[in-house]
Amino acid sequence: MKKSKLFLVSLTSIMAVLLLSGCENNMVVFNPEGPIARQILELINFSIALMLLVTVVVFGLFGFIVWKYRERKDNLDYEPPEEHGSTVLEIIWTVIPILIIVALTIPTVKTIYAIDEIPKGYENKEPLVINVTSADWKWIFSYPEQGIETVNYVNIPEDRPIDFRLTSAGTMQSFWIPALAGQKYTMAKAETQLYLVADNPGSYVGKNTNFNGQGYAGMEFEVLSQTQKDFDKWIKDVKETAPKMTLEEYEKMLEPSHLGRKTFSNTHLEWVDHSDPHSKNYTNPEMYDRGHGWPGKIFEDKDNYKNKDGNNDHLNHENNEDMNHKESETEDSHGGDHSGH
Amino acid sequence: MGIKWDEFFVTGDPLIFASQIGIALTLVGALAGLTYFKKWNYLWSEWFTTVDHKKIGIMYILVGVVMFLRGGIDGLMMKGQTAVPENDFLNAQHYNEVFTTHGVIMILFVAMPLLIGLMNFVIPLQIGARDVAFPQLNALSFWLTVSGAALFNISFIIGGSPDAGWTSYFPLAGKEFSPGIGNNFYAVALQIAGAGTLMTGINFVVTVLKMRTKGMTLMKMPMFTWTSFITSIIIVASFPIFTVALALMTFDRTFGTHFFTISGGGMDMLWANLFWLWGHPEVYIVVLPAFGMLSDIISTFARKTLYGYKSMVISIVMISVLSMLVWVHHFFTMGNSAGVNSFFSITTMAIAIPTGVKVFNWLFTMRKGRIKFTTAMLWALAFVPNFVIGGVTGVMLAMAAADYQYHNTLFLVAHFHYVLIPGVVFPIFAGLYFWWPKMFGYMLNEKIGKWHFWLFVVGFNVTFMPMFFLGLDGAVRRAYTYSAETGFGPLMMISAVGSVILAAGFAALVYNIYWSARNADRNIGNDPWDARTLEWATATPVQHYNFASLPEVTKLDAFWHMKKNNQLQPLSEDEIEEIHLPSNTWIPIYMGVVFGISGFLLVFEWTIAAGVAAIGILAGLAFRSFDYDEGFHVHKDEIFETESKWRKGANKGVKNHVS
Repeated sequence: MKKSKLFLVSLTSIMAVLLLSGCENNMVVFNPEGPIARQILELINFSIALMLLVTVVVFGLFGFIVWKYRERKDNLDYEPPEEHGSTVLEIIWTVIPILIIVALTIPTVKTIYAIDEIPKGYENKEPLVINVTSADWKWIFSYPEQGIETVNYVNIPEDRPIDFRLTSAGTMQSFWIPALAGQKYTMAKAETQLYLVADNPGSYVGKNTNFNGQGYAGMEFEVLSQTQKDFDKWIKDVKETAPKMTLEEYEKMLEPSHLGRKTFSNTHLEWVDHSDPHSKNYTNPEMYDRGHGWPGKIFEDKDNYKNKDGNNDHLNHENNEDMNHKESETEDSHGGDHSGH
Repeated sequence: MGIKWDEFFVTGDPLIFASQIGIALTLVGALAGLTYFKKWNYLWSEWFTTVDHKKIGIMYILVGVVMFLRGGIDGLMMKGQTAVPENDFLNAQHYNEVFTTHGVIMILFVAMPLLIGLMNFVIPLQIGARDVAFPQLNALSFWLTVSGAALFNISFIIGGSPDAGWTSYFPLAGKEFSPGIGNNFYAVALQIAGAGTLMTGINFVVTVLKMRTKGMTLMKMPMFTWTSFITSIIIVASFPIFTVALALMTFDRTFGTHFFTISGGGMDMLWANLFWLWGHPEVYIVVLPAFGMLSDIISTFARKTLYGYKSMVISIVMISVLSMLVWVHHFFTMGNSAGVNSFFSITTMAIAIPTGVKVFNWLFTMRKGRIKFTTAMLWALAFVPNFVIGGVTGVMLAMAAADYQYHNTLFLVAHFHYVLIPGVVFPIFAGLYFWWPKMFGYMLNEKIGKWHFWLFVVGFNVTFMPMFFLGLDGAVRRAYTYSAETGFGPLMMISAVGSVILAAGFAALVYNIYWSARNADRNIGNDPWDARTLEWATATPVQHYNFASLPEVTKLDAFWHMKKNNQLQPLSEDEIEEIHLPSNTWIPIYMGVVFGISGFLLVFEWTIAAGVAAIGILAGLAFRSFDYDEGFHVHKDEIFETESKWRKGANKGVKNHVS
């Protein structure tokens, strides 16, 4: 039958076109800038090669069988044989997938264990600890040793292992710098951990991949990898010039909003560690207005820092407008209209 | 409880306003039409109160097709929004609601009703039974599904849609971050529909175990019956988990408990675990019966017995076991230990083994066959290459370390659409074209069917193939917009164009249904495809009692061998006996309505009113327990008359419709 062949041809050509256009795009996962992302890419490349093999075999067999055994005008009286199977063949095509899976399992498990640690060759360098706190809809980076804090950007020295300690002040996010390493979730009252190293100085995109409400699309940050010298100089500059943050400012910052970049010469760790299971709650239900629909009730929470006026059953329009106002001030182009309709 | 109407009805968005008007007009039109044509009585006595598995199956399919329209429009809106960078067709809130409802509707109110509809129609016929084990429970399952679907669907005009994703992860889905009642709709509507599905599962386990006709041992069952049976077992195993999870969610949202919240000691990842403990088996619940349909259709149109029947059965049993052991692969990135991630990587990849066995068995079923390219067969054929792409990318995702780079990106979105569309939607289409004559007594048009096929398959590939590459370039799922610098624009545009072609394909199906209902040839005999299984041994469309006398089975592909060996049962008057059938009942539809009403009140957190309405549920149960209606008997004469009528004309003057 012509049509099924046509279908195969069109399918493969579509794939080829997309593959080619993909190459021009320089897909970030295929351009790792650090040893962790490179290890993952090796695994991905290996799996793609094996899977392409599987695909080619199945497609070939499929095309051959469908073409050869199609109904034609001249075989209308051909009556196919009564065939129930073949134990040998069935065992063969059970064993082959098992072998393929084993071939994939070994490097997978090795890589899973390997990227849980400081990458090879960097064991002797002391990792730089950076605490990452995600909040709606911004990223807060604290450098406990240096005593500084940044919002929505993080500078790191090249060729030195970075030890990210991830947590969240509220909803769950996923911390991902595709050029440097795979992602991990950030969860309130829990800590996850991620190592990475950057090979060269350069600027990379980091983002949240776990949906967390209206401001999700704009939750990106910049990772700037610098030489050790530039990094030290930047730390020094920050310590000298950046303002100190107050507790009040920090709590304001945790409210749902987009913020541009910010820099402080102290860290919020002096007040709160969000990864501590007994830390305070920073929820602001009244500020997550959908902009339409039936409001429902909001429960009082005795641990919450703001939730004590007992006036949360109704929408707080003042806060809402406040949020819009803030957004228009930021330089973040992804902000858009988050306040509903 | 002073009602503010501007909040009760969602207002302020022109798209929603237009649909409100549309819904109102459709409703008025439907009511007026029914009244004008005096169809109320017909609708009530023939359909709404029916306990006939065939009619219930057809109603399920109708629900599925209508919901497909809704879910498809959601999909088109998403594609329209992301076609160009920084588009403002939808705002963030609206987009979030759209992708949430798209996911829920496509899985739970499209895939499930269409599959359960086909199961309902086909399984009793395939096993030579007169009905399912519990006909009235079957009707109740259906009406609960409708009730849940209706409740879920009104959310976008009344009260606000859920907006936390179809997975509704906590803490986002909790009151702290999603106030408003949108996510109450999710919890309550899915609870009601889920109860219906659970009962369907129980019903089909019993039906397959107890209602098979004489001689049909388990290993002589058609493959669709086998897969539906295993699916029913997975339903019984996994839906209670979802029931519990949704109940806890309802408590958190409506009564202020702290099971999943971040305050009060709640565990957000507990929700993720419970959700996927149900959610991953759910994937196999929808895909297994689809596999069964493919098996039956491929063997029919290749004119061969299914190759490796035994290994097919072992494979589906293996898949059902593994389906309960892989849920953690949905959150490899939550910071599990390397050991945990390795374990779940391996169990997940292991699913590829039985699936691979099945693919090769299907290929070898066609080998040495004579493949007839009917529309149904085209859908079954298109399944193979497309599903293989979904399958191999699934293996890639199962490798935990690699998944750290794919997780929550469009790569993942592309993968599961490549599994669910070729693996569920293609087989459903194949099944519709295949069994349509059995349901209605005429075929769907093959020519329009081919338009449907080509548009849909090409549109599908153009829509979802680019997403693999977008994902590898760092495009995340569920983002309502992106900036031009990301460079996602061109591929996003291609994908959006694809979705329009896809939609045109679906439109061709709808047109085909309309065209064929009006114009298709009614004289097609009882076995238009030269098929192999028992459902084709009955009249087309099937008489309400299914079989005049229950057939006896000696071999796999029973009907085929009956035809080959001239063992088709002759009609003799003395062999016919009276047939006992259950009576129609209004209780199931009544239960659906009261469940819907009390669910609606619960969604709005009017708990006392909901409690009062729930008394109606108890009343229905009480009434049912005092219902001593024993059903009725079909008289011998009626059976003889019906049977001789269709058998006489069965193959007289029937053209070959599918050359």
